Amino acid sequence: MAEIITLTILGGVDKDGVNEPIRSVDISRGEIVGIVGPTGSGKSTLIDDIEQLAQGDTPTGRLLLINGEKPDASVRADPRKKLVAQLSQNMHFLADMTVEEFLQMHARSRGKDEGLVSRVIELANGLTGEPIAPHHHLTSLSGGQSRSLMTADIAVISDSPVVLIDEVENAGIKKQEALQLLAGEGKIVVVVTHDPVLALMSSRRIVIRNGGMVDIITTSEQEQDVCCKISEVDNWLMSLRETIRRGDIVGEVA
Amino acid sequence: MKLVVIAGTPGSGKTSVLLHTIKALMRHEKRPAVVKVDCLWTDDDQRFKKLGIPVHVGLAKDMCPDHFTIYNTEEMLKWATAEGADVLLSETAGLCLRCAPYPDECLAVCVIDVTTGPNTPLKVGPLLTTADIVVTTKGDLVSQAEREVFRERVLEVNPGCIIVEANGLAGKGSFELAELIRSGPDVVDNMLLRYNPPLAICSLCTGENRVARKHHMGVLRNLDGFMEYKGE
Repeated sequence: MAEIITLTILGGVDKDGVNEPIRSVDISRGEIVGIVGPTGSGKSTLIDDIEQLAQGDTPTGRLLLINGEKPDASVRADPRKKLVAQLSQNMHFLADMTVEEFLQMHARSRGKDEGLVSRVIELANGLTGEPIAPHHHLTSLSGGQSRSLMTADIAVISDSPVVLIDEVENAGIKKQEALQLLAGEGKIVVVVTHDPVLALMSSRRIVIRNGGMVDIITTSEQEQDVCCKISEVDNWLMSLRETIRRGDIVGEVA
Repeated sequence: MKLVVIAGTPGSGKTSVLLHTIKALMRHEKRPAVVKVDCLWTDDDQRFKKLGIPVHVGLAKDMCPDHFTIYNTEEMLKWATAEGADVLLSETAGLCLRCAPYPDECLAVCVIDVTTGPNTPLKVGPLLTTADIVVTTKGDLVSQAEREVFRERVLEVNPGCIIVEANGLAGKGSFELAELIRSGPDVVDNMLLRYNPPLAICSLCTGENRVARKHHMGVLRNLDGFMEYKGE
């Protein structure tokens, strides 16, 4: 697999067929970019365009370039050559299989070693409350268990240079740890989020309105400071949530 | 004239995918016409008519819907030619999995719903295994991992097919499908079916409605898999 240094999105059209104001976005290795915008504005559509490395052949007409060039047709479809891993909004599995069977089959489809299965389950169990076992049926997993399994699957089996995340915050899992696991090192990460911590952790955020990219905001130093402060509040909230989940008593304000 | 036969299980999104694909074909100055075959009732023709293209409905009623499609293929092509079309899109009823109504000189498209689970490709039979293009729909409702596992299963039963991931709501995949149709084969003549039809008629075909075993004749198959011929 060729190394990906930059991913370029060339602008297409919005929902009315009018050219979107942002004509080109370059994203480099190691960067986290956010996508923000009202619900229904087309954030997931942008994620989909990136996932399929659109070549002007999707309804938006956007074009995706890798290192400034058109990607080879085979990297778009063949999971063994795929450059993009995607965590979508889905909270449940629909496949009637056990966790183990499913992960083995997914490893095969990506051309990976089936021995990775236990590593995926181990990582997933680090993100969620009730542990997942290999013999569990996928369809019986809770929303949080499913999301952590999907997250761990992406980190291990779908390990790809580009990672797309669609709303990790509503997943009932430890979001910052999940993001760290997914982002890994030297990857390109694009995340749809309205969570202030996650949005401000990104270096830039693309603003979507009526299906089009209308603005790119670079996270300012002031925003970074805000991010640090709200992280502390967020961590405190999360520890309180864990205390309550365990059935313990909440102590005084620190 | 190009012939595209679109088959697939009911509710898989054949009509929705087709509506987007027709728009993409028209953008490339193709002139598509649609024949929608169903068993008893359909209102899909209304959806196609909104696109301003020639539409014809065929209801198979008492006849096997796949046989109806095959029997009327010549008529459909004549009709489409008279309407000035250069692509005939024939959408089948998609009910029986025994046959596949694909002639050799067509582009055979099978539409299949990803949410039915990764075991479905093993159950669909010739509809899927003899198709040129397999369109997977509703992929937005499952994770990427599930889409990839489903894809692997499709390739297990039809290694040579082209897989198009589509979404009937958003129109994803329709440009790709339209492109494949534009570069697809032309109808010449003397078409042959890709897959063999059932072995012979049975007594149900001739109107038998009694359930008891003794009334049944023809090439029959037992629960344990044993096949026999009963009759004169």
